[in-house]
Amino acid sequence: MSGDAAGGMFAFDGTPVPFQPGQSVGAALAASGVTAWRTTRGAGEPRGLFCGIGVCYDCLLTVDGLRSQRACVTPAGAGQDVRSDDPGAPLASPTTTDGGERR
Amino acid sequence: MSGTVFDLAVVGAGPAGLSAAVVAAETGLRVALIDAGTQTGGQYWRHPDEHHLDAFAQPEHTGHHHWGHYRDLRDRLRRQVAAGRVDHRAGRQVWRTDGPGDAAAFLLRTTAVAGRDAVSPDERAIRARRVVLAPGAYDRQLPLPGWTLPGVMAAGGVQAMLKANQVRAGRRAVVAGTGPFLLSVAAGLARAGVEVVAVCEANALSRWAATPVRALQEPGKLLEGAGYAATFLRERIPLRTRSVVTRISGDGRVSHVTIGRVDAAGRVRLGSERTVEADLVALGWGFTPQLELVVGIGARTRVDVDGSLVAVVDDDQRTSVPGVYAAGEATGIGGAVQSCAEGELAALAAAIDAGFGVPSARARGLRRRIARGRRFAVGMHRASPIPAAWSTWLEDDTLVCRCEEVPVSAVRRTVGDLAADDARDVRVTARPGMGMCQGRVCGFALSCLVSEQTGRPAGSADLEPLVRRPVGTPIRVADIAALAPAAAPVAPADPDDPVAPAGVAPADLAALGKESS
Repeated sequence: MSGDAAGGMFAFDGTPVPFQPGQSVGAALAASGVTAWRTTRGAGEPRGLFCGIGVCYDCLLTVDGLRSQRACVTPAGAGQDVRSDDPGAPLASPTTTDGGERR
Repeated sequence: MSGTVFDLAVVGAGPAGLSAAVVAAETGLRVALIDAGTQTGGQYWRHPDEHHLDAFAQPEHTGHHHWGHYRDLRDRLRRQVAAGRVDHRAGRQVWRTDGPGDAAAFLLRTTAVAGRDAVSPDERAIRARRVVLAPGAYDRQLPLPGWTLPGVMAAGGVQAMLKANQVRAGRRAVVAGTGPFLLSVAAGLARAGVEVVAVCEANALSRWAATPVRALQEPGKLLEGAGYAATFLRERIPLRTRSVVTRISGDGRVSHVTIGRVDAAGRVRLGSERTVEADLVALGWGFTPQLELVVGIGARTRVDVDGSLVAVVDDDQRTSVPGVYAAGEATGIGGAVQSCAEGELAALAAAIDAGFGVPSARARGLRRRIARGRRFAVGMHRASPIPAAWSTWLEDDTLVCRCEEVPVSAVRRTVGDLAADDARDVRVTARPGMGMCQGRVCGFALSCLVSEQTGRPAGSADLEPLVRRPVGTPIRVADIAALAPAAAPVAPADPDDPVAPAGVAPADLAALGKESS
């Protein structure tokens, strides 16, 4: 049930991730065994999918330079540049890399 | 298209909204159907991309109930869309609805769910003489130690991954909380090849015995239950009643789950705890109706049997605001069959109110079905309550609010030392519910914790402020900047007029700044 080459690939922090057409970015990441792609502002804890349906905003990441996109409701697309998100980073930065301060 | 005033706008394309849109259009109304999903079905009928079904290993109906009914609704909707009677706006969320005022039409402002909004502000605002709100619901959550670890998900989210993406969110799962939905999720996981280590149902199944008549009135539900029982036996899924997850642990993601037996009040029995290995935890404590738009438009609410804030509706799904109807989970959690009936009835009521002819027998039949479904739902809520002593599972540093990382100790200190005496006070002081999700996830638990400490049960006056938001869903600043063209005022604004030309009250913008800062 995991993704294969039929859909395509997007890049997650530079690493290729396969997806089926119509899958969400979050689902494709989960299928590839990635469970966290954001760190919290306060304690720097890792977060990924929680509600899975667009309500909780825990799964935010950056898609093609657009920040704060919900991984669970963002359709995966071939060639997307998906990056882990750090909501605490300055807004001036169009894309951010992982905060790197995981405890 | 921007000048179009629809007869009816339906918000949500799940069982209730989809039924409402189809029936309204078939009755002769011109309908706008607005939905966050890219395709219809809502959370209940979430399914793989209809344009690429061959790319998925399993057929689109895998794991679904009442799929035939959905397919029928979908076909009927397609015919209405093709005939130009329904304008389906997919992938859009309504973030604000303004009352008709002098314009005789409601104005629904929408935003793109994903990506940049390429549609012009005028094109994405929808005007309609009547509105059916069918916003649905999402998993209700209670905090517990370790629930913020990656690998912990809402039960509905786990199922959405299975249904829409055909992706397993883990390999070894614990499913926990209360209510029949847990059985559905566990069965789906097992069928997808996930090892379900335990299903922890906090309540005793004997609670269902108190409502046998209600269960017998809904034979479909009994059959569904029998189906789960068979799956559980076949897949050897251990169902543990009066059991809860007391702690989730792991280094950066879930690795271990501690399970304990509880008494009738929900207190963990001494010495009953044991720890199992798992990489996925699915949590669900019933559902939270999505009430922002209901409260935002000024419709009356009440607290339902399960403690949820729901819309008050009359026998025909009319809310207290003329021209606004509510259907589905927003009127009280009752499941998909109930939601379909409510959606149909709301559409008929809207058609009648708009002067269209509707056979009265059809509405009468729906009213009877809805009353019966409601009796079953009340029985279900009574059989699956939130355990009274759930907060005894918490530790001081357990986060109540995931977004703002507010621990339970801060909530209790705010009530105890700072004398905050309702959930709203605590919210603005200690900041739970002030992050991105705006209290959608923690609002219920927060109100419970505050009630527990103040000794005052939460009424709708306590719960409403937790969902009253001038902006119903987080939006980009560009959407606010785009407000002016959307309203297209004809007369110059009076400087003393509290409503700016853009149709936004300055007080609302001030409140917005306060709530999201």
